[in-house]
Amino acid sequence: MASNALPKDARAVPNRPAIYDELGVPALADAFRKMQLIRRFEESAEESYMRGLIHGTMHLSIGQEATAVGICSALAETDYITSTHRGHGHCIGKGGDVKRMFAEFFGKEDGYCHGRGGSMHIADPTMGNLGANGIVGGGIPIAVGAALASKRLGNGRVAVSFFGDGANNEGAFHEALNMASVWTLPVVFVCENNQYGMSTSTERSTAVKNVADRAVAYDMPGVIVDGNKFAAVATAAREAVARARSGGGPTLIECKTYRTRGHSRSDRNRYRTKEEIESWIERDPILALENDLITYDLLSQAEIDEIRADVETEITEALAFAAASPSPAVSSLTRHVYTTV
Amino acid sequence: MDQIVRELSFAQAIQEALSIAMERDPRVFLMGEDIGVYGGAFQVTGDLVHRFGEDRVMDTPISELGGAGVAVGAALGGMLPVYEFQFSDFATLAMEQIVNQAAKLRYMLGGSVSVPLVMRLPCGSGTGAAAQHSQSLEAWFAHVPGLKVVQPSSPHDAKGLLLAAIADPDPVIIFEHKLLYKTRGAVPEGHYTVPLDKAETKRVGKDGTIVATAIMVVKALEAAAELAKEGIDLEVIDLRSLRPIDVPAIVASVTKTHRLMCVYEGVKSLGIGAEISAAIAESDAFDFLDAPIIRLGGAEVPIPYNPELEKAAVPQVADIVAAGRRLVRGR
Ligand SMILES: Cc1ncc(C[n+]2csc(CCOP(=O)(O)OP(=O)(O)O)c2C)c(N)n1
Ligand SMILES: [Mg+2]
Repeated sequence: MASNALPKDARAVPNRPAIYDELGVPALADAFRKMQLIRRFEESAEESYMRGLIHGTMHLSIGQEATAVGICSALAETDYITSTHRGHGHCIGKGGDVKRMFAEFFGKEDGYCHGRGGSMHIADPTMGNLGANGIVGGGIPIAVGAALASKRLGNGRVAVSFFGDGANNEGAFHEALNMASVWTLPVVFVCENNQYGMSTSTERSTAVKNVADRAVAYDMPGVIVDGNKFAAVATAAREAVARARSGGGPTLIECKTYRTRGHSRSDRNRYRTKEEIESWIERDPILALENDLITYDLLSQAEIDEIRADVETEITEALAFAAASPSPAVSSLTRHVYTTV
Repeated sequence: MDQIVRELSFAQAIQEALSIAMERDPRVFLMGEDIGVYGGAFQVTGDLVHRFGEDRVMDTPISELGGAGVAVGAALGGMLPVYEFQFSDFATLAMEQIVNQAAKLRYMLGGSVSVPLVMRLPCGSGTGAAAQHSQSLEAWFAHVPGLKVVQPSSPHDAKGLLLAAIADPDPVIIFEHKLLYKTRGAVPEGHYTVPLDKAETKRVGKDGTIVATAIMVVKALEAAAELAKEGIDLEVIDLRSLRPIDVPAIVASVTKTHRLMCVYEGVKSLGIGAEISAAIAESDAFDFLDAPIIRLGGAEVPIPYNPELEKAAVPQVADIVAAGRRLVRGR
């Protein structure tokens, strides 16, 4: 994606994607850090799971980090997101704290949900994250509602709804897109098309070739991007968020990506080939961004290595924090069911 | 006729019932999310797709409302669908088709059609899957005339109730507790049915009656064995059918034992225990009661993620043992 815009950065080089100049080096370093943090958070969670420290299940987004961070790079802290069962990346992308995320995984009182929700319900309302969701498609109308509230309150906030390709066959998806369009709401629908809903490929589940093709039915722009390319995702997000914020209404962005881990811990990967998985591992979004940052002279290898080292420290400290956090008291079982005790 | 009996898991028993039903009747087919090559979220359908093909073991898109409606329509159109919800929680997305359509079509149409539909719903807590994947909503469905609702507690009953449900001309909802899938028990080979409207006494006793459902039957039997060591001899009735409830069986037992406790995983209030208690209060068994009825049900809370809280949210064996002492000794 070549840029006609004049480079703003002193270190600019030819053919550098415009979005890199628009975001600037500190934001790019932050994006790289967040993608690496998501990866290491999930790898560490997986390891803790194997060691029997975490119960329940978890859905890893390894391979999809560029969609979460690319989209969130266009958002202000006050903007909203609704997330999915595969939501760790969205939470970190929106500025979540891995200390509290690990604590939630460990079912501890310091967790984002005070140990009540676990991996599938991590939320951080203080950062506009209205929550992961155990119900496929459950968050989509909720994002539309948050956008409706923003519009009524005139606070300029935009809502982003993340969902998977599988969710595009739920009624909630269709009803939500229609209302967002009819009421011209400041919402961006982000489909993370990793090509499977559990074991079911989009070819077997979905009548249209691209989820973005559905946008026509709801009279909104439908944009397809390479979900493994941070620059492509961030560019589309910036445009859609600007459109939403300026009163232009909703956009549907489809990020084509892939989850390189199984659907959840019980997946035996019987519906796809090793070769397919490996071909996508080669398209690692984090390595691709690193490569870009160096090629376009935005960060040095030493700076990249330093970010990686910082992430390791953050993960180690967060795991220790979570392990040391107390479990909720059993006597508090029915706390938080209602607002008033 | 001698039937060969082997030990199977609860999940294997269900799979065997599905396979027998499909072999016996070409109209039987399965619908659900990831029931084909994935084998189902709990590996209940397993390899059936390889034996029966994708037309009879049909993966649906993630579309519970539409999927349930398609199953209703296929039943009207002459097929015998068995629809698997991945978790019973997701049947809430399909309530329209289940409650407004499947349950009522026959009545609203003056008896001119029937809806021979079976739905299988994995339910219950204990897997660390938190509030949206752990509910016990069976009482909701049991509140709807037109549906039949059953809940097996053993591999034997899981197979027999499913085969009875498939043979039944009306919609049957089967709640399968997830923690039971790996439990094992004796299961006869071949086709047999378990009646859809009968409770079963799983332990005979004289000092009090426990009426339990699903995994609570297993826990109640454990508790009864524990209490037997203290000289308390409890009868354990497996309710099995939630709609209709086999009131005569419970009345007969309480008339004999003079005491009643209900144990179920769904939220305690406005649930199965209330219905059973009321049925006893309205019956001749009321005069025989020597102690207040005890209900042990789920706490008034969504199922928490933290394992200790999760356990505390539903009755455990120790709770049943303590309640059994109170029931019989008053303390
Ligand atoms: C309403 C509902 N139906 C089914 C499920 C079970 N389930 C959880 S994730 C999932 C697949 C979702 O696929 P997709 O939307 O593509 O997201 P991905 O897992 O690929 O990120 C399914 C079937 C659920 N949680 N909620
Ligand atoms: Mg998907």
